[in-house]
Amino acid sequence: MFFFLLFLALSYDTVQAIPKQSPKAVMTEQVALGKRVWEVNNCIGCHTLLGEGAYFAPELGNVYQRRGPEFIKAWIQAQPTNAPGRRQMPQFHLSQEELDAVVAFLKYSSEINTNNWPPNIEG
Amino acid sequence: MTSHVAALNAAGAQRADGHAQLRFRSQAVAKPYFIAAIGLFFLQIVFGLIMGLQYVIGDFMFPEIPFNVARMVHTNLLIVWLLFGFMGAGYYLIPEESERELYSPKLAIFTFWIFLVAGVLTVVGYLAVPYATLAQMTGNDLLPTMGREFLEQPTITKIGIVAVALSFLFNLSMTILAGRKTSISLVMMLGLWGLAVFFLFSFYNPDNLVMDKYFWWWVVHLWVEGVWELIMGAMLAFVLVKVTGVDREVIEKWLYLIIAMTLITGIIGTGHHYFWIGAPAYWQVLGSAFSALEPIPFFMMTLFAFNMVNKRRREHPNKAAVLWALGCGVMAFLGAGVWGFMHTLAPINYLTHGTQITASHGHMAFYGAYAMVVLTMISYAMPLIRGREANSNASQVVEMWSFWLMTIAMVFITLFLTAAGVLQVWLQRMGDSPMSFMATQDQVAFFYWLREAAGVVFLIGVILYVASFFINKQDN
Ligand code: HEM
Ligand code: HEM
Ligand SMILES: [Fe+2]
Repeated sequence: MFFFLLFLALSYDTVQAIPKQSPKAVMTEQVALGKRVWEVNNCIGCHTLLGEGAYFAPELGNVYQRRGPEFIKAWIQAQPTNAPGRRQMPQFHLSQEELDAVVAFLKYSSEINTNNWPPNIEG
Repeated sequence: MTSHVAALNAAGAQRADGHAQLRFRSQAVAKPYFIAAIGLFFLQIVFGLIMGLQYVIGDFMFPEIPFNVARMVHTNLLIVWLLFGFMGAGYYLIPEESERELYSPKLAIFTFWIFLVAGVLTVVGYLAVPYATLAQMTGNDLLPTMGREFLEQPTITKIGIVAVALSFLFNLSMTILAGRKTSISLVMMLGLWGLAVFFLFSFYNPDNLVMDKYFWWWVVHLWVEGVWELIMGAMLAFVLVKVTGVDREVIEKWLYLIIAMTLITGIIGTGHHYFWIGAPAYWQVLGSAFSALEPIPFFMMTLFAFNMVNKRRREHPNKAAVLWALGCGVMAFLGAGVWGFMHTLAPINYLTHGTQITASHGHMAFYGAYAMVVLTMISYAMPLIRGREANSNASQVVEMWSFWLMTIAMVFITLFLTAAGVLQVWLQRMGDSPMSFMATQDQVAFFYWLREAAGVVFLIGVILYVASFFINKQDN
């Protein structure tokens, strides 16, 4: 019981501290839309985001730094590669607005202060 | 068969010819729950093997079953069959502990069908339409909860799960309130209520990704390293009371110690998931320290199982159930305790976070703790539900073979994934010229092939397990 209360207190402190921890990661409507696009296409079913998710495809928490916005959009639109034997990513038929929103969401994710994780740009 | 004879016999009324009957007829509602659990378990493994192949033959079954779809099916089936198992266990164990019939067997059967239909429809939805379409069809916009790992179910399915859980908890709580209250049944109920309460956090999905992740773990971690451990402890204690005949007082003392250690270490141990998701850095200290102690309750379960079996006061004819109970004690400690400890300290987790090391641990822990405890309970209860104290020798031999095949296969799956994970960390995260993710995956493909081979052995184990239910020749 004591430990549960302590956990609640710590969680309260964390909830207060989360915005201060990542001043650069600003929430906008576009980011919120991007998160929805991320969710309803189940991107987490193949990728990790800040190290959580599936381990089939690359980490995307820092893909904004690794690849940049234009590459990300072009990549999503070009799927699947249909390269024989290679792991395949589906075609999600995203609109231009949704593509921009996903990129905004990934930019936002990359600006979260993760205490220096991942160890390098490869994620 | 008079009822006081039944009451005298710990394992149900028994006739000299090996026939036995349930102490309370309503315990039999557990049967469809157990059967559904086994069926879904089988399907879970089939989808595991599909994904295992996609790891090495990337376009296998694409675009019919993309990896993310197979993964949802695999992990959601796992959760659902374990829930079926816990519910079956609850319906079996609570009447016996409370010494009265279940409050409403009809409600239990009704709930069973609701849960099964909802579960099957959800899986069909995953497979039949693109996930975005499913989200749209089920009104995800009204209350967006989908698209997060393990919580992929459409919001209406989640609501259905809550309704099923409430009906189940109501039924059991009414049974207990009117009957005998034992430590085992109270711990079981605490665990089950906790399971339902923490699941409510799956409805909380804020836009802020850090907040989302923070409370996502209140479902996932506080389940497997919190309330589910209570359920596991209670189920193990129940079966051990029955098959060893050791005094209830002794077993209950163990149970209390185990759950106390679980809660002391496991709750703040949640911090081992808060290192790198945008939470304050103090979690690196707290999460490391407390979660490093989490193996203790699992080790106590190992000691518990072996001690009770060593001190047994009767030779229970169901040898298979005893084997599952001991195996569960050992494998839960290995998977959760040892493999969990391996990557739980922040400096190590910095390197291993979100790699095949995580997958290796997830597999052995889920199998060793929760799959095995459900299989233990089924192994003990199913023969009784079917009117005999234990299955025939022939059937038990096959069941024990399936135990060894599945368990050894899981050990190898874990070892191969660990090898893949260590290499992955080395190639992709250490050194001056790290490899890209995809290039690294190619380098470790050899271990993925081995994992798939071990997976086939696991599947053979599951098939033998199912077969053991059909070998009924009595050999007396
Ligand atoms: C034939 C046996 C099996 C195979 C080939 C298999 C394969 C897989 C694969 C490829 C993944 C996805 C990993 C990723 O995200 O990249 C996975 C995830 C998972 N599987 Fe299995 N699996 C098998 C059996 C089992 C069993 C028996 C259990 C539990 C009792 C289990 C529990 C899980 C869990 C919990 C995850 C999510 C892991 C995580 O997020 O770290 N699997 N499995
Ligand atoms: C039966 C109990 C347990 C089960 C079923 C279990 C299962 C899992 C699963 C499925 C994951 C992956 C979650 C994801 O997909 O992101 C995970 C992660 C993790 N588990 Fe456990 N676990 C158990 C106990 C433990 C214990 C006792 C420890 C520590 C001693 C531990 C340490 C960890 C750590 C550190 C991670 C995060 C790995 C990462 O950073 O990628 N687990 N566990
Ligand atoms: Fe955890």
